[in-house]
Amino acid sequence: MIREQDKGMSVIVKTVTRFTMGLILLYGIYILSHGHLSPGGGFAGGVIVALSFVLLMLAYGKETALKKFPKGVVSFFENAGAIMFLSIALLGFTGGYFFLNFLDKGEPYKLFSAGIIPLCNIAISLKVGAGLFAIFVALVLVKLESEKKV
Amino acid sequence: MIELYILLIFMIVGAIIAIEVKDLLSSVVTVGAVGIALSMAFLILKAPDVAITQLVVEILCLIILIRATLKKDLPFISTGRWFLNTLITVGFIAMFLFVAAKALKDLPDFGYPIMKVAKIYIANGLAQTGAANVVSSVMLDFRAYDTLGEATVLFTAVIGVLAVVRKIGRKNQEGQDD
Repeated sequence: MIREQDKGMSVIVKTVTRFTMGLILLYGIYILSHGHLSPGGGFAGGVIVALSFVLLMLAYGKETALKKFPKGVVSFFENAGAIMFLSIALLGFTGGYFFLNFLDKGEPYKLFSAGIIPLCNIAISLKVGAGLFAIFVALVLVKLESEKKV
Repeated sequence: MIELYILLIFMIVGAIIAIEVKDLLSSVVTVGAVGIALSMAFLILKAPDVAITQLVVEILCLIILIRATLKKDLPFISTGRWFLNTLITVGFIAMFLFVAAKALKDLPDFGYPIMKVAKIYIANGLAQTGAANVVSSVMLDFRAYDTLGEATVLFTAVIGVLAVVRKIGRKNQEGQDD
Protein backbone atom coordinates (compact mmCIF):
# COMPACT_ATOMS: atom_id res chain seq x y z
CA MET A 1 0.00 0.00 0.00
CA ILE A 2 2.79 2.41 0.89
CA ARG A 3 4.68 1.53 -2.25
CA GLU A 4 1.60 2.29 -4.33
CA GLN A 5 1.57 5.86 -3.06
CA ASP A 6 4.78 6.70 -4.87
CA LYS A 7 3.03 7.38 -8.16
CA GLY A 8 -0.11 9.37 -8.86
CA MET A 9 -2.11 11.68 -6.65
CA SER A 10 -2.79 11.72 -2.90
CA VAL A 11 -4.37 8.89 -0.94
CA ILE A 12 -7.74 10.70 -0.76
CA VAL A 13 -7.98 10.85 -4.55
CA LYS A 14 -6.92 7.23 -4.82
CA THR A 15 -9.54 6.03 -2.33
CA VAL A 16 -12.34 8.00 -3.98
CA THR A 17 -11.21 6.69 -7.36
CA ARG A 18 -11.30 3.13 -6.06
CA PHE A 19 -14.91 3.61 -4.94
CA THR A 20 -16.18 5.51 -7.97
CA MET A 21 -14.37 3.98 -10.92
CA GLY A 22 -16.50 0.85 -10.98
CA LEU A 23 -19.68 2.91 -10.71
CA ILE A 24 -18.62 5.12 -13.63
CA LEU A 25 -17.76 2.06 -15.72
CA LEU A 26 -21.11 0.47 -14.85
CA TYR A 27 -22.96 3.69 -15.73
CA GLY A 28 -21.22 3.79 -19.09
CA ILE A 29 -22.22 0.20 -19.77
CA TYR A 30 -25.81 1.06 -18.75
CA ILE A 31 -25.89 4.07 -21.10
CA LEU A 32 -24.57 2.10 -24.05
CA SER A 33 -26.69 -0.98 -23.52
CA HIS A 34 -29.91 1.02 -23.10
CA GLY A 35 -29.17 3.27 -26.07
CA HIS A 36 -32.23 2.07 -27.96
CA LEU A 37 -34.57 2.70 -25.01
CA SER A 38 -33.41 5.87 -23.29
CA PRO A 39 -31.21 8.87 -24.15
CA GLY A 40 -27.59 8.00 -24.65
CA GLY A 41 -26.18 5.45 -27.02
CA GLY A 42 -22.92 4.01 -28.18
CA PHE A 43 -20.97 7.24 -28.49
CA ALA A 44 -21.80 8.66 -25.05
CA GLY A 45 -21.46 5.28 -23.34
CA GLY A 46 -18.09 4.66 -24.96
CA VAL A 47 -16.81 8.05 -23.84
CA ILE A 48 -17.97 7.39 -20.25
CA VAL A 49 -16.19 3.99 -20.27
CA ALA A 50 -13.05 5.73 -21.56
CA LEU A 51 -13.43 8.42 -18.87
CA SER A 52 -13.39 5.80 -16.12
CA PHE A 53 -10.01 4.56 -17.35
CA VAL A 54 -8.81 8.16 -17.74
CA LEU A 55 -9.77 8.71 -14.09
CA LEU A 56 -7.77 5.62 -13.10
CA MET A 57 -4.79 6.94 -15.05
CA LEU A 58 -5.00 10.42 -13.52
CA ALA A 59 -5.29 9.11 -9.96
CA TYR A 60 -2.92 6.14 -9.99
CA GLY A 61 -0.40 7.19 -12.61
CA LYS A 62 0.47 5.85 -16.02
CA GLU A 63 1.86 2.45 -15.07
CA THR A 64 -1.15 1.15 -13.13
CA ALA A 65 -3.65 2.13 -15.82
CA LEU A 66 -1.55 0.73 -18.66
CA LYS A 67 -1.07 -2.51 -16.69
CA LYS A 68 -4.84 -2.90 -16.43
CA PHE A 69 -5.46 -1.85 -20.02
CA PRO A 70 -2.31 -2.22 -22.14
CA LYS A 71 -1.80 -0.50 -25.45
CA GLY A 72 -2.21 -3.72 -27.41
CA VAL A 73 -5.59 -4.35 -25.79
CA VAL A 74 -6.67 -0.77 -26.58
CA SER A 75 -5.83 -1.10 -30.25
CA PHE A 76 -7.43 -4.57 -30.34
CA PHE A 77 -10.70 -3.20 -28.94
CA GLU A 78 -10.66 -0.28 -31.35
CA ASN A 79 -10.16 -2.53 -34.38
CA ALA A 80 -12.65 -5.09 -33.06
CA GLY A 81 -15.30 -2.39 -32.70
CA ALA A 82 -14.74 -1.11 -36.23
CA ILE A 83 -14.78 -4.61 -37.73
CA MET A 84 -17.86 -5.58 -35.69
CA PHE A 85 -19.78 -2.52 -36.89
CA LEU A 86 -18.83 -3.14 -40.52
CA SER A 87 -19.61 -6.85 -40.35
CA ILE A 88 -23.05 -6.15 -38.84
CA ALA A 89 -23.64 -3.81 -41.76
CA LEU A 90 -22.38 -6.38 -44.26
CA LEU A 91 -24.50 -9.15 -42.72
CA GLY A 92 -27.49 -7.15 -43.88
CA PHE A 93 -26.73 -8.48 -47.36
CA THR A 94 -28.14 -11.84 -46.22
CA GLY A 95 -31.56 -10.21 -46.38
CA GLY A 96 -31.02 -7.79 -49.23
CA TYR A 97 -29.09 -4.59 -48.57
CA PHE A 98 -26.42 -2.84 -46.51
CA PHE A 99 -27.45 -2.10 -42.88
CA LEU A 100 -30.59 -4.20 -43.09
CA ASN A 101 -32.11 -4.83 -39.66
CA PHE A 102 -31.99 -8.58 -40.18
CA LEU A 103 -32.60 -9.69 -36.58
CA ASP A 104 -35.96 -10.08 -34.92
CA LYS A 105 -37.41 -6.73 -33.80
CA GLY A 106 -38.71 -8.18 -30.57
CA GLU A 107 -41.09 -6.53 -28.16
CA PRO A 108 -40.73 -2.73 -27.88
CA TYR A 109 -39.45 -1.19 -24.62
CA LYS A 110 -37.63 -4.42 -23.70
CA LEU A 111 -33.85 -4.59 -23.37
CA PHE A 112 -33.53 -7.30 -26.03
CA SER A 113 -35.37 -5.62 -28.85
CA ALA A 114 -34.75 -3.49 -31.92
CA GLY A 115 -32.69 -6.06 -33.82
CA ILE A 116 -29.19 -4.90 -34.69
CA ILE A 117 -29.33 -1.51 -32.96
CA PRO A 118 -27.99 -2.68 -29.54
CA LEU A 119 -25.22 -4.64 -31.28
CA CYS A 120 -24.27 -1.54 -33.28
CA ASN A 121 -24.28 0.48 -30.05
CA ILE A 122 -21.88 -2.00 -28.42
CA ALA A 123 -19.58 -1.93 -31.46
CA ILE A 124 -19.54 1.88 -31.60
CA SER A 125 -18.89 2.13 -27.86
CA LEU A 126 -15.92 -0.26 -28.12
CA LYS A 127 -14.53 1.81 -30.96
CA VAL A 128 -15.12 5.22 -29.40
CA GLY A 129 -13.98 4.28 -25.92
CA ALA A 130 -10.79 2.56 -27.03
CA GLY A 131 -10.03 5.27 -29.59
CA LEU A 132 -10.42 8.19 -27.20
CA PHE A 133 -8.43 6.37 -24.50
CA ALA A 134 -5.70 5.74 -27.09
CA ILE A 135 -5.62 9.45 -27.96
CA PHE A 136 -5.40 10.36 -24.26
CA VAL A 137 -2.59 7.85 -23.65
CA ALA A 138 -0.67 9.09 -26.70
CA LEU A 139 -0.93 12.75 -25.66
CA VAL A 140 0.03 12.02 -22.04
CA LEU A 141 3.04 9.95 -23.09
CA VAL A 142 4.21 12.74 -25.41
CA LYS A 143 3.78 15.23 -22.58
CA LEU A 144 5.81 13.08 -20.16
CA GLU A 145 8.62 12.72 -22.71
CA SER A 146 8.77 16.43 -23.43
CA GLU A 147 8.84 17.17 -19.69
CA LYS A 148 11.72 14.73 -19.31
CA LYS A 149 13.66 16.48 -22.07
CA VAL A 150 13.29 19.90 -20.45
CA MET B 1 -37.39 30.72 -23.42
CA ILE B 2 -35.67 33.35 -21.25
CA GLU B 3 -33.27 30.76 -19.78
CA LEU B 4 -32.08 29.89 -23.28
CA TYR B 5 -31.18 33.51 -23.94
CA ILE B 6 -29.36 33.72 -20.60
CA LEU B 7 -27.35 30.63 -21.57
CA LEU B 8 -26.58 32.04 -25.02
CA ILE B 9 -25.34 35.35 -23.57
CA PHE B 10 -23.29 33.39 -21.01
CA MET B 11 -21.71 31.36 -23.81
CA ILE B 12 -20.84 34.47 -25.85
CA VAL B 13 -19.30 36.19 -22.81
CA GLY B 14 -17.39 33.01 -21.93
CA ALA B 15 -16.01 32.69 -25.45
CA ILE B 16 -14.84 36.30 -25.44
CA ILE B 17 -13.19 35.80 -22.02
CA ALA B 18 -11.52 32.61 -23.30
CA ILE B 19 -9.93 34.58 -26.13
CA GLU B 20 -8.96 37.62 -24.11
CA VAL B 21 -7.62 36.10 -20.88
CA LYS B 22 -3.82 35.89 -20.65
CA ASP B 23 -3.47 32.68 -18.62
CA LEU B 24 -3.75 29.54 -20.72
CA LEU B 25 -5.28 27.39 -17.95
CA SER B 26 -8.01 29.97 -17.28
CA SER B 27 -8.76 30.02 -20.99
CA VAL B 28 -9.17 26.23 -21.06
CA VAL B 29 -11.47 26.31 -18.02
CA THR B 30 -13.56 29.05 -19.65
CA VAL B 31 -13.92 26.95 -22.80
CA GLY B 32 -15.15 24.11 -20.55
CA ALA B 33 -17.75 26.44 -18.99
CA VAL B 34 -18.96 27.34 -22.50
CA GLY B 35 -19.30 23.63 -23.30
CA ILE B 36 -21.29 22.93 -20.12
CA ALA B 37 -23.61 25.83 -20.97
CA LEU B 38 -24.06 24.39 -24.46
CA SER B 39 -25.04 21.05 -22.98
CA MET B 40 -27.57 22.79 -20.71
CA ALA B 41 -28.96 24.59 -23.74
CA PHE B 42 -29.44 21.22 -25.45
CA LEU B 43 -31.30 20.02 -22.36
CA ILE B 44 -33.59 23.06 -22.43
CA LEU B 45 -34.27 22.40 -26.13
CA LYS B 46 -35.31 18.83 -25.15
CA ALA B 47 -32.45 16.97 -26.79
CA PRO B 48 -31.06 14.78 -23.97
CA ASP B 49 -29.10 12.52 -26.34
CA VAL B 50 -27.05 15.40 -27.67
CA ALA B 51 -26.73 16.88 -24.17
CA ILE B 52 -25.23 13.68 -22.74
CA THR B 53 -22.77 13.33 -25.61
CA GLN B 54 -21.79 17.01 -25.45
CA LEU B 55 -21.24 16.79 -21.67
CA VAL B 56 -19.03 13.69 -21.68
CA VAL B 57 -17.00 14.77 -24.72
CA GLU B 58 -16.56 18.21 -23.14
CA ILE B 59 -15.22 16.66 -19.93
CA LEU B 60 -12.79 14.44 -21.86
CA CYS B 61 -11.61 17.36 -24.01
CA LEU B 62 -11.17 19.49 -20.89
CA ILE B 63 -9.02 16.81 -19.21
CA ILE B 64 -6.89 16.37 -22.34
CA LEU B 65 -6.49 20.14 -22.80
CA ILE B 66 -5.56 20.69 -19.15
CA ARG B 67 -3.03 17.84 -19.29
CA ALA B 68 -1.62 19.25 -22.52
CA THR B 69 -1.45 22.92 -21.56
CA LEU B 70 -0.50 22.79 -17.90
CA LYS B 71 2.84 24.45 -17.12
CA LYS B 72 3.09 25.72 -20.67
CA ASP B 73 2.87 29.31 -21.80
CA LEU B 74 2.25 30.60 -25.27
CA PRO B 75 3.98 33.80 -26.33
CA PHE B 76 1.54 36.67 -26.51
CA ILE B 77 1.94 38.50 -29.79
CA SER B 78 0.74 42.09 -29.66
CA THR B 79 3.05 43.92 -32.05
CA GLY B 80 2.77 43.98 -35.82
CA ARG B 81 0.29 45.23 -38.37
CA TRP B 82 -2.58 45.85 -36.01
CA PHE B 83 -4.31 48.34 -38.31
CA LEU B 84 -4.47 45.91 -41.25
CA ASN B 85 -5.54 43.05 -38.97
CA THR B 86 -8.36 45.10 -37.44
CA LEU B 87 -9.47 46.24 -40.87
CA ILE B 88 -9.61 42.67 -42.21
CA THR B 89 -11.44 41.47 -39.08
CA VAL B 90 -14.07 44.20 -39.28
CA GLY B 91 -14.49 43.54 -43.00
CA PHE B 92 -15.05 39.83 -42.45
CA ILE B 93 -17.49 40.47 -39.58
CA ALA B 94 -19.49 42.88 -41.76
CA MET B 95 -19.55 40.39 -44.64
CA PHE B 96 -20.62 37.55 -42.35
CA LEU B 97 -23.39 39.63 -40.78
CA PHE B 98 -24.65 40.66 -44.23
CA VAL B 99 -24.75 37.08 -45.53
CA ALA B 100 -26.25 35.77 -42.28
CA ALA B 101 -29.01 38.39 -42.33
CA LYS B 102 -29.88 37.37 -45.88
CA ALA B 103 -29.81 33.66 -45.06
CA LEU B 104 -31.67 33.80 -41.74
CA LYS B 105 -34.62 35.58 -43.35
CA ASP B 106 -35.51 32.44 -45.31
CA LEU B 107 -35.25 30.03 -42.39
CA PRO B 108 -38.44 28.74 -40.74
CA ASP B 109 -39.36 30.23 -37.38
CA PHE B 110 -37.74 28.93 -34.21
CA GLY B 111 -39.68 25.91 -32.95
CA TYR B 112 -41.60 25.41 -36.20
CA PRO B 113 -39.36 23.21 -38.35
CA ILE B 114 -40.15 21.95 -41.83
CA MET B 115 -40.69 18.25 -41.15
CA LYS B 116 -40.70 16.56 -44.53
CA VAL B 117 -38.37 13.63 -43.80
CA ALA B 118 -38.45 13.63 -40.01
CA LYS B 119 -42.22 13.21 -39.93
CA ILE B 120 -41.88 9.74 -41.49
CA TYR B 121 -39.16 8.76 -39.02
CA ILE B 122 -41.20 9.86 -35.98
CA ALA B 123 -44.33 8.10 -37.22
CA ASN B 124 -42.71 4.82 -38.29
CA GLY B 125 -39.57 4.64 -36.13
CA LEU B 126 -40.93 2.37 -33.42
CA ALA B 127 -42.85 0.10 -35.78
CA GLN B 128 -40.08 -0.37 -38.33
CA THR B 129 -37.02 -0.67 -36.08
CA GLY B 130 -38.43 -1.69 -32.68
CA ALA B 131 -36.30 0.93 -30.90
CA ALA B 132 -38.14 3.08 -28.36
CA ASN B 133 -35.57 5.87 -28.69
CA VAL B 134 -36.26 7.60 -32.01
CA VAL B 135 -32.82 9.23 -32.07
CA SER B 136 -31.21 5.81 -31.82
CA SER B 137 -33.41 4.38 -34.56
CA VAL B 138 -32.53 7.27 -36.88
CA MET B 139 -28.82 7.04 -36.09
CA LEU B 140 -28.42 3.30 -36.47
CA ASP B 141 -31.16 2.29 -38.87
CA PHE B 142 -32.49 5.02 -41.12
CA ARG B 143 -29.23 6.97 -41.29
CA ALA B 144 -26.70 4.25 -40.51
CA TYR B 145 -24.44 5.33 -43.36
CA ASP B 146 -23.82 8.63 -41.55
CA THR B 147 -22.86 6.75 -38.40
CA LEU B 148 -20.49 4.56 -40.39
CA GLY B 149 -18.86 7.69 -41.82
CA GLU B 150 -18.60 9.20 -38.35
CA ALA B 151 -16.94 6.04 -37.03
CA THR B 152 -14.50 6.18 -39.95
CA VAL B 153 -13.70 9.81 -39.15
CA LEU B 154 -12.90 8.89 -35.54
CA PHE B 155 -10.79 5.94 -36.67
CA THR B 156 -8.83 8.22 -39.00
CA ALA B 157 -8.41 10.78 -36.22
CA VAL B 158 -6.98 8.16 -33.84
CA ILE B 159 -4.60 6.90 -36.52
CA GLY B 160 -3.57 10.49 -37.27
CA VAL B 161 -2.83 11.28 -33.62
CA LEU B 162 -0.85 8.06 -33.18
CA ALA B 163 1.09 8.79 -36.40
CA VAL B 164 1.94 12.36 -35.40
CA VAL B 165 3.12 11.51 -31.87
CA ARG B 166 4.86 8.22 -32.63
CA LYS B 167 8.34 7.74 -31.26
CA ILE B 168 10.31 6.98 -34.45
CA GLY B 169 9.54 10.26 -36.15
CA ARG B 170 10.27 12.26 -33.03
CA LYS B 171 13.62 10.58 -32.55
CA ASN B 172 14.64 11.27 -36.15
CA GLN B 173 13.72 14.89 -35.72
CA GLU B 174 15.79 15.13 -32.55
CA GLY B 175 18.77 13.67 -34.35
CA GLN B 176 18.49 16.28 -37.08
CA ASP B 177 18.19 19.06 -34.56
CA ASP B 178 21.28 17.94 -32.68
